[in-house]
Amino acid sequence: MYKIAVIGDRDSVLGFKALGLHVVFAEELLEARRALHELAKEDYAVIYITEDLAVNMSADIDHYKDAVTPAIILIPGKTGSLGIGLEQVNNSVERAVGANIL
Amino acid sequence: MARLNVNPTRMELSKLKGRIKSARRNHKLLKDKRDELMKQFLEIVRQNRDLRIKVEEALMRAHGSFTVASAVMSPEMLEQSLIYPKQSVSLGISYKNIMSVDVPRYDYKTENDDPSEIFPYGFAQTSGELDDAVSELSQILTDMLKLAEIEKSVQLLAQEIEKTRRRVNALEYVMIPQLNETIKYIKMKLDENERSNTIRLMKIKDMMIEETRGK
Repeated sequence: MYKIAVIGDRDSVLGFKALGLHVVFAEELLEARRALHELAKEDYAVIYITEDLAVNMSADIDHYKDAVTPAIILIPGKTGSLGIGLEQVNNSVERAVGANIL
Repeated sequence: MARLNVNPTRMELSKLKGRIKSARRNHKLLKDKRDELMKQFLEIVRQNRDLRIKVEEALMRAHGSFTVASAVMSPEMLEQSLIYPKQSVSLGISYKNIMSVDVPRYDYKTENDDPSEIFPYGFAQTSGELDDAVSELSQILTDMLKLAEIEKSVQLLAQEIEKTRRRVNALEYVMIPQLNETIKYIKMKLDENERSNTIRLMKIKDMMIEETRGK
């Protein structure tokens, strides 16, 4: 069986702990990157990460884009959506079609 | 367009004819594959956008409830209440095949099925806002997993489409013209050889006639 993890700052992701997801607190970029790679090595199929952290680690996230597991999904942190999640969807469209047609 | 570096022989010519035939067939098949992938992709990507917007909104609401809860309670209390979860989630993955791309399908199992059983704390010392926040989050979870599933599918399909598109273009604009060019070159070369052979024979015939007349 696979597991689900959430990476983010304490205030944004504390609530997911109550749902039984594996929560990793990371305030710093370096912590988040290390956590991401460690979780990806274990059997975590879905890793949610807050946009505030993801904005500076797109290289690490793209690294797992073509693999089937893990799926790395951006979620808005407590400060609000930065629109990176949607931008990633648009990037996929651009990659497939060659231009953003949506 | 550069031609291939081959010897202009009949053997090579028939080999190249075979290659161009299979290149044309592959080009047609890959083009069909690309078109169908694209159709599926656009369908999924629309779902992805809608779902993402929905999930982001829901999450922001949950964050709002959480902020309220953390304003009412002390941070230590808040953390203590949530640190030992009652609920645990495990995830099973099955794969669905879309045009030979394996995309994941998640189905998750929770240990406690009763929605009122998810609160890992006693109600006496926590605020009601925390209950709201937690139950809101647990309602989003299904959508969040669906989002993960769709978003991963979109990424995998995008990769496959890119690959297929490159193959189609390589065949259409590089391989097939190159083969055509080479076939033409070999044909010309062979014809040229044929003609020079005929001329040589005629010339020799002339020379032999001249020689017999001279004697």
